[in-house]
Amino acid sequence: MSSKVPHISIALIGNPNSGKSTLFNSLTGLNQKTGNYAGVTVDKHYGSYKFKGVDYKITDLPGTYSLYPKSIDEEVACKALLSEKDSIDVAVIVLDSSNLKRHLLLATQVIDLKKRCVLVLNMIDEAEKNKIVIYKEDLEKLFDVPVVQVNSRSKKGLNDLREAIAAAKVSDTIFYDFEKQKQLLPSNDSYQRIIDSQFQENKSKIKEFELADNIHRFAKIKYIIAKCVKQPEQLNKSITQKLDAFFTHKFFGFGFFFLILFIIFQFIFYLAEYPMTWIEEGFAQLMTVTADTLPKGRLNDLIVNGILAGLSGIVVFVPQIALLFFFIAILEDTGYMARASFILDKVMRRFGLNGKSVIPMISSVACAVPSIMSTRTITNWKDRIITILVTPLISCSARLPVYTLLISIMFVGKKSIGIFNYQGMVLMGLYILGFSAALLAALVLKYVLKTTEKSFFIMELPVYRKPQWQTVIMLVFGKVKVFLFDAGKIILAISIVLWFLTSHAPNNDFEKLEKIAILNNTSGQNLNSQKLEASYAGILGKKIEPVIKPLGFDWKIGIALITSFAAREVFVGTMATIYSSGDSDNTETLREKLVAEKNFETHEPVYTKAVCWSLLIFYVFAMQCMSTLATTYRETKHWKWPAIQLVFMTGLAYLSSFLVYNFLS
Amino acid sequence: MQTLDTLLPGQTATIQEFTDDFLSLKFIEMGCLPGEKIKLSYIAPLGDPIAIEVSGYLLSLRKQEAATIVVKVNPENNVESCVI
Repeated sequence: MSSKVPHISIALIGNPNSGKSTLFNSLTGLNQKTGNYAGVTVDKHYGSYKFKGVDYKITDLPGTYSLYPKSIDEEVACKALLSEKDSIDVAVIVLDSSNLKRHLLLATQVIDLKKRCVLVLNMIDEAEKNKIVIYKEDLEKLFDVPVVQVNSRSKKGLNDLREAIAAAKVSDTIFYDFEKQKQLLPSNDSYQRIIDSQFQENKSKIKEFELADNIHRFAKIKYIIAKCVKQPEQLNKSITQKLDAFFTHKFFGFGFFFLILFIIFQFIFYLAEYPMTWIEEGFAQLMTVTADTLPKGRLNDLIVNGILAGLSGIVVFVPQIALLFFFIAILEDTGYMARASFILDKVMRRFGLNGKSVIPMISSVACAVPSIMSTRTITNWKDRIITILVTPLISCSARLPVYTLLISIMFVGKKSIGIFNYQGMVLMGLYILGFSAALLAALVLKYVLKTTEKSFFIMELPVYRKPQWQTVIMLVFGKVKVFLFDAGKIILAISIVLWFLTSHAPNNDFEKLEKIAILNNTSGQNLNSQKLEASYAGILGKKIEPVIKPLGFDWKIGIALITSFAAREVFVGTMATIYSSGDSDNTETLREKLVAEKNFETHEPVYTKAVCWSLLIFYVFAMQCMSTLATTYRETKHWKWPAIQLVFMTGLAYLSSFLVYNFLS
Repeated sequence: MQTLDTLLPGQTATIQEFTDDFLSLKFIEMGCLPGEKIKLSYIAPLGDPIAIEVSGYLLSLRKQEAATIVVKVNPENNVESCVI
């Protein structure tokens, strides 16, 4: 971070819901970036602005209620503020003017660190609306630092803030409990030492000090409020009260929540399909053009079928990610998300999940990738990990083509019993199976996973606010960027490996096949089928045949299992190539070929009911998706979690398919 | 000894003390101090968690967490018309 150009580093610190992020957006505009704090999965937002010829680097720290952290986010905020490496010159303390009392606790703590500080009375318009009068000059005197009134939403007071930051000073006021410190922590002679030491030393003494210190601080705050703030006896929160009566109502509350889910679902399941098709078609065109323009050969093949195909597979996720985060940002920004969490907590808690797990889980009916990314809103580590791990068990839209193909083979000629359509019923059953498996797995993980972080649900229900479009758009952009560059790298690497496996064969086998094909006048389709069989993927498919035989699968299915690791729907395309049925969009011929397929030795049909069921169950449970694994890695910053997902889900799939196959045959 | 989880919607009370060390630290930084007045605003439709008004804002917590806060119900209390 230490660049050669002299600059002033400032950090925004404040409670959650203090309007910090909006203020950050207003100060930096588009000059901002999203990164990651080392070792943890907390997003780091930083940016810059210029004021009177001086460069200011600005970091938006995660929200925290105090400098005694109770969660990973809070710990990150505290450590970053104290960090020698980042060396924060000015701490900008952001306060919600309409709720000063609680917000001032953190302010007094930060003042005691003896850094240059500025107090921001944010959302001043809301305080005015509630008839709260704050005597800024008195507050300035008591805190001995510049105090600025800002409305980050209408950008009022921003210039005053920039002036104040330039004039920030170290306060002479001391708020902390000096007597208690001498008694309990005599070795720490400054407040900064005390805060620092909680990350190293024995914590019990510090906890004792924390209790005494915070009570002491609130006594001082009471005095400050009495002196500097005039507020009406009864706070005017009638709009929030009325909305809460609706959103937490027995019927309307759940009704509204399901309506929201329905809308999100419609958008990411159906609406996202259009841009996704455009992206896929665009890339297909680009691939054709590139293949024709570049000289023929291996490099051409690598660029077209390896890199471009891989990129297409990454970019295609963007519409779903953008749409999902668009909704989540609005729900968070308006304050509704906290209510959804509130009404659902009791149900979800039983499964080791969180009220906030519901949206990721429902969204994963469309795709697990954006869902896993959206678990960031779950602040409790264990709840979040469980949500991430079980989400891919829910049947996503990529499984649908596989389901449809296999179900249609099973029910050739049969349509329905009475009004019930067989195929529809099986399809619904598979979705229910996936959901139940996810909930059961969550229940198991609840007892298996150990955590040092205490789980609690002591959460602020913020007042309702209009969504800030700038905040919403910035979040969407940030998420898309993080996905493209972080998870995208891994996905691209795996797609190139998969490309290599399917397009290369040992001992120049491809050339031999091509020569024979010319001699025998073999059709292109048949040649492709023979090539796939001879390729490394084909060899691998045959190698794993003994392992998958107990499930009723032959080597042809083995190849499709390997290639569909790129994305589950690739199964259909691979089967089409193997059975040389031509265009993978036209599954009619493929279905006929699969139905007609007979075992080489026994002359029995290969795709019996038992095999189809076994394969279906396998696809319900198996972790057949490299993008999900890459996203899980990105969101947990540890290979352990995607590895657990892979082993656990594939193991579950293997076992279930084995049981189903042997029971049915 | 009455605890916060037993209040009725609309009832007000004063915080007396805490029975859980870790949670008490969290409650205090959230502005729930001994001597502070609180009001039970509403209860989630499934009976848990609850939402209380404290220090001028709304705080939600689970009943098991609320059970660690000892309160004294204010005598002048008549259960107001419940919000929900």
